[in-house]
Amino acid sequence: MEFLRPATWDEALAAKAEYPTAVPIAGGTDVMVELNFDRHRPVALIDLNRIPELHDWETGADGVVRLGASVPYARIIGHLSDRLPGLSLAARTVGSPQIRNRGSVGGNLGAASPAGDSHPALLASGCLVEAASADRGPRMIPIDEFFLGVKRNALEPDELILAVHIPSATGPQQFAKIGTRNAMVIAVCSFGMALHPEAGSVRTGIGSAAPTPRRAGAAEEFIAAELADTGMWASRGELAAATAKRFGELVAEAASPIDDVRGSAAYRRHALSVLARRTLTWTWDEYRAAGRAAA
Amino acid sequence: MKITFDVNGRRTEADDVWEGESLLYVLRERVGLPGSKNACEQGECGSCTIYLDGDPVCACLVAAGQVQGREVRTVEGLADGDTLDPVQQAFVDAGAVQCGFCTPGLLVQTHDLLERQAQPGDAEIREALSGNLCRCTGYEKIMDAVRLAAARKAEAASNRVPVRPERFTGS
Ligand SMILES: Cc1cc2nc3c(=O)[nH]c(=O)nc-3n(C[C@H](O)[C@H](O)[C@H](O)COP(=O)(O)OP(=O)(O)OC[C@H]3O[C@@H](n4cnc5c(N)ncnc54)[C@H](O)[C@@H]3O)c2cc1C
Ligand code: FES
Ligand code: FES
Repeated sequence: MEFLRPATWDEALAAKAEYPTAVPIAGGTDVMVELNFDRHRPVALIDLNRIPELHDWETGADGVVRLGASVPYARIIGHLSDRLPGLSLAARTVGSPQIRNRGSVGGNLGAASPAGDSHPALLASGCLVEAASADRGPRMIPIDEFFLGVKRNALEPDELILAVHIPSATGPQQFAKIGTRNAMVIAVCSFGMALHPEAGSVRTGIGSAAPTPRRAGAAEEFIAAELADTGMWASRGELAAATAKRFGELVAEAASPIDDVRGSAAYRRHALSVLARRTLTWTWDEYRAAGRAAA
Repeated sequence: MKITFDVNGRRTEADDVWEGESLLYVLRERVGLPGSKNACEQGECGSCTIYLDGDPVCACLVAAGQVQGREVRTVEGLADGDTLDPVQQAFVDAGAVQCGFCTPGLLVQTHDLLERQAQPGDAEIREALSGNLCRCTGYEKIMDAVRLAAARKAEAASNRVPVRPERFTGS
C-alpha cells in the first residue's frame, strides 16, 4: 500500500488520476474503520488533510456558501449555523464530539450511505457538488443527481470533491432523526426540510429509508400548492392539522424502506410520517413567528 | 514509511509504519505511549481520545501518515511532571475510576471541555462525554469528577479555600 500526501489540489487530482482505485482519506471516520477491520486494503491512501481549499468556506455575494469538502462538522456547527441551519442541525447529530471534530460533508458524500446525516439537509437546501478531475477539470453535480445507489455516487474514478455550494437559508429549516439515543446513532430514519419563501417552495430530504437519500416530490408539490392556494406565504396563517398530516403521509409514501437490524420498514414509514408532520409544523411556526417579529 | 510528529511537546519519529496503520497503533506500539487505550478501533468508545492540533479526536480513526508534522497530545501529556492535572486529580478523588480502561479518553475529553467551557452544566457534560463509554461506573462518579474538576479550577482561578470532594460526590 502507498500513502500519498498531496500538498495541493492539483497534486491530489494527479494522484487520483494515476491511481483511480486509491482511497481518498479526509477525516478518516469511515475509511479507518474499514482499514482497522481489514475489510478493504486499497492500493493507496490519498491524504486530503494538507490541502487548504478543502478546509475553508466562504459566502459569495449571492449568499451561496462554498463549503470545502473536508471542513469538519464541528466547524459547520460553530460557524455556519446561521446560514446553513438545516445542515448544522444534522451535523449536531453525527456521532460524538470526537467524530464531529474529524468527519466532513465531503466524506459523507464520498461514502454515500443512505443513512448519511448531511444528505437530507443537502437535498432540502438544494446544492451543487463541485467535483474535479485532472483530465476534465471541474464540474458541478446537482445534489438531486448525486446519489445513484446504496453507497454509490456520481463521482468518476478519477474525480474528487472540492466543495459543496449551498445557498444560505432564506427561510426556516429543520432536521430530525430517529435512533436509540441522542449520540452515536446511525439513523433508523431521518428527515430534512427547508422552506424557500422567496420561491414559494418547500424542499425535503429523506434519509435511511430507501437505497439512496431522496426527496419526497409529491409531498413537496402538495404543500407548495396548498400554501399558494391559500395565500399563506403572505398571510403567514396557521397551518391546518389535516394539511400537516397529509404532508406526513406523502413523505412516508415516497420512502421505500427495508426491514433491518435497526428497524422494520413499517416502523420507518410511520416514523417518517411523524417526523415530516412535526418538522413542517416547526418550520411553519418559525416562519409565522418571524413574520410577527418583523411586523 | 517513516513519520515525524510532535507528541506531548517532544519531536518523535516512528519507523517502519505500515501505510494503513492508525495513530493509536503508532502511539501504543511504536513510541511507547500506551496511555491511550484500544477498545473498539471504530470510534465508538472514545478510550483512544487524544488531542490532534488542539482538537480531541479518536486516535484509532487517524491514519498514521496524516500526523506527519502535526502536534499530538496524549493523556501522558496532561500532568505537569509528578503533579496531576486538576482533571486527573478529580477523577481519583471522586472515585470515577474502576477498571480504568475508559479513563484516559475521558480525561482528555474532560480536559478539552473545561478549556472551552469552565463551568459546564450537566447537559453540557453529558453531551461532551457522549462519545466515551464506561462499562463500570454507571457514569455518576464521572459526572461528579467533572463537576469537582470544574469547581477546583474555578477555585484555583479565584484562589480561595480549596474545594473538598465530599461536596460533590453526594456522600
Ligand atoms: C463512531 C462513528 C459514528 C458515526 N456516526 C455517524 C452519524 O451519526 N451520521 C453520519 O452520517 N455518519 C456517521 N459516521 C460516519 C462518518 O463519520 C461520516 O460519514 C463522515 O461524514 C465521514 O467523513 P470523513 O471526512 O471522516 O470521511 P473519510 O472516512 O475520510 O472518507 C469517507 C469516504 O469518502 C471519500 N472521500 C472523502 N473525502 C473525499 C473527497 N474530497 N472527494 C472524494 N471522495 C472523498 C473517502 O474515500 C471514503 O470513501 C460515524 C462514524 C463513526 C466511526
Ligand atoms: S478505540 Fe478508538 S474509539 Fe474505541
Ligand atoms: S472504569 Fe471500567 S470502563 Fe470505565
